[in-house]
Amino acid sequence: MDSGFSPEEGLRYSRQLILEKVGWPGQERLRAGRVLVVGAGGLGSAALFYLAAAGVGHLGLVDGDAVELSNLQRQILHRLADLGRRKVDSAREALTRLNPHCRVETFDLRLTAENVPGVVRGFDVVLDAGDNFPTRVALAEGCWREGKILVSAAVQDFSGHLMVIDPGRGTPCYRCLLPEPPPPDPGGPPLGILGAVAGVMGCLQAVETIKLLLGLPSDLATRLLAYDGLRSRFQVMDRLKTPECPLCGASGGNRQP
Amino acid sequence: MKVIINGEPREVSARTVFALLEELGLPPGRIVVEQNAAIVRRDAYQDAPVREGDILELVRIVGGG
Ligand SMILES: [Zn+2]
Repeated sequence: MDSGFSPEEGLRYSRQLILEKVGWPGQERLRAGRVLVVGAGGLGSAALFYLAAAGVGHLGLVDGDAVELSNLQRQILHRLADLGRRKVDSAREALTRLNPHCRVETFDLRLTAENVPGVVRGFDVVLDAGDNFPTRVALAEGCWREGKILVSAAVQDFSGHLMVIDPGRGTPCYRCLLPEPPPPDPGGPPLGILGAVAGVMGCLQAVETIKLLLGLPSDLATRLLAYDGLRSRFQVMDRLKTPECPLCGASGGNRQP
Repeated sequence: MKVIINGEPREVSARTVFALLEELGLPPGRIVVEQNAAIVRRDAYQDAPVREGDILELVRIVGGG
């Protein structure tokens, strides 16, 4: 039936093993998968829970913050008893409790342009589940240069969006969509986010990641999916490659070799 | 004139995509615009005409999580 899966795992994954597009070969690919999630917040909580539940063998987790009370409205990896703990510790515990077959590697740090290459190396797929533009830009640029597939989601208010960026296929990059990133933290009150909306987008990130690990094609490599929770609408639209893009464009000097 | 924005009928006076975003108070550098099922290049916002009956999808690029 399998290659080294226990009967317990056979039962645990039975409802996805019977899927034609998963089966034992797919489960093997998930177990061999190495996925890095940047941000153990609202997006990352949902994505990580489902990736661990599905049996992704190796999960990396980057977050440099501690758990605060105002996180619990959307960051469902963490509990009241975790207040003050490092988020990576709290998250690892929650994930291991759910699925002990999953190896969780933690990075208790804030990503910068300098440390991205060292962190993303060794992973097959990277999830951008961050909460600010500077981190997102640093991650997107580092992943592009390292040739790592990036599954990027973001949320605000009742809305969110999702895309897959695949340097190996020369898809449009993050900077194609956002040529001039907003200045770092303009100050003022924090942005509002409905927790369940972060959950929707984090779950979609998990779906796309699992598809990538299974070798299934994703439309979102060249398209942008937008969710509008207020109007209850999903919209999928093309992304355009910007010829003069500072990252992937002809003059950018950073094209994927 | 009447257009459809994100599925809702709206009455707008702007004649270009750029003017429309200004009229709606949206920052052009952060908005992806699809007009009648075709993406509008960002460098074309200034000149791209908005016409009666246009179906527009506007997506704001956000950074939260
Ligand atoms: Zn680009």
